[in-house]
Amino acid sequence: MNEVAISLLIVFGVLIGVVSIAAILTMVERRLLALFQDRHGPNRVGPFGIFQIIPDMIKLFTKEDWVPPFAQREIFVLAPAVTMVTVLLSFAVVPFAPGIAVADLNIGLLFFLAMSSLGVYGVVLGGWASNSKYSLIGALRASAQMLSYEVFMGFALMGVVAIAGSFNLSAIVEAQRRVWFCIPQFIGFVTFMIAGLAETRRTPFDLPDAESELVAGYHAEYSGMKFGMFFVGEYMGVTLISMMIVTLYFGGWLGPLLPPLVWFFLKTFFFIAMFILVRATLPRYRYDQLMSLGWKVMLPVVLLNLVATGGVILALG
Amino acid sequence: MLSVLKGMWMVFLHAFRPRVTIQYPEQKPYLPPRYRGRIILSRDPDGGERCVACYLCAVACPVDCISLQATEDESGRRYPEFFRINFSRCIFCGYCEEACPTYAIQLTPDFEMSEYRRQNMVYEKEDLLISGTGKYHDYNFYRVAGLAIAGKDKGEAENELPPVDIHSLMP
Repeated sequence: MNEVAISLLIVFGVLIGVVSIAAILTMVERRLLALFQDRHGPNRVGPFGIFQIIPDMIKLFTKEDWVPPFAQREIFVLAPAVTMVTVLLSFAVVPFAPGIAVADLNIGLLFFLAMSSLGVYGVVLGGWASNSKYSLIGALRASAQMLSYEVFMGFALMGVVAIAGSFNLSAIVEAQRRVWFCIPQFIGFVTFMIAGLAETRRTPFDLPDAESELVAGYHAEYSGMKFGMFFVGEYMGVTLISMMIVTLYFGGWLGPLLPPLVWFFLKTFFFIAMFILVRATLPRYRYDQLMSLGWKVMLPVVLLNLVATGGVILALG
Repeated sequence: MLSVLKGMWMVFLHAFRPRVTIQYPEQKPYLPPRYRGRIILSRDPDGGERCVACYLCAVACPVDCISLQATEDESGRRYPEFFRINFSRCIFCGYCEEACPTYAIQLTPDFEMSEYRRQNMVYEKEDLLISGTGKYHDYNFYRVAGLAIAGKDKGEAENELPPVDIHSLMP
């Protein structure tokens, strides 16, 4: 009975925690972008503008939820849910602290990769069901981009798996007691971060929803909370990738003095801030640059890294 | 790759720069003296209305937002019977100020003119007329103009010679 209560607490704690982090991120991102651009950002609602989320939520929930007459209604309604659910499911395997994880799967890393691949469906179906050219182009770009970046994202993680000898995320964190994997797997970390940017459709790789070219890409036809779900899904994706970077390369909850959960969230927030800093710095890549970077640079680098890692492990016995 | 990192570092350093935003309602922006804002009608140093109701401002106005009616008082001074500016039309181009021969109509550094009712955007003469001289402190049209009014005949204005007797042969 007690165990059930604890696991229910963890499940709902993670769900509510993740959704509220994503909601707060909408404000934090605007404030941080403003900080990097010599502005103030939204600072009117509440102290330092922290209650800005509330009017934003009221606006999103009360907006007319318009389904265009030319759209395929069922798929159009389903697509945002797919995006959000796949990201939320990925959080099930993230170990926040020793013992605090919704499902400590022995194939946690594979589950994460599978869910992030499924996430493409939300985008592609949304763009397809919108039945408008901008959405379709956005969806096409999204599918091509996600598929090609998925490939080396998986390979980048294999170095970590090879060293830790496990797909279990808690075991991977425990394997970093001596040295964080960002040092032996530095190339893996950099490539995973780049793949994560592409995976969450963040700025240098935000071709699927490029505002300046495709209006808003795959969610151009969405309004109200359906758009909000894509939006929150993107921020949850950023949080997820940051948490994965922390778990896989920066020792997860490990750290001196402070409790494990605090360390985990401090590191996570650092990488979220890095994502926003990248957005403030880099312009969007062109489509062909994106593809050639993925296939001609990243994939060979990652494969070489994997070979080198394997060789070192074999040589050390 | 290195240039990307350098760029990110530079962007990060911008977090410590002074902000360029002016936090408006608490912090007012600097408006230069010649800023073209709310339109006023000024008075001459003696307190009389400067406007002589010549209609030049109404003619110069590209959006026809100025409306007035000329009349004359018992001393012979022309003044507007009513003077009305529809600020919901006004584009603050300042042509009225340029056209004005007596420095009466002037634009001021004030833009806080929002209203909840559109009708309130129409300013009447008592809303426009101020008690001061505006940007030109010493100018008094009737004291320098050759026009005869009560208390000042022809040739009595500043820097004005008495009228020439055209029937005389003397130089």
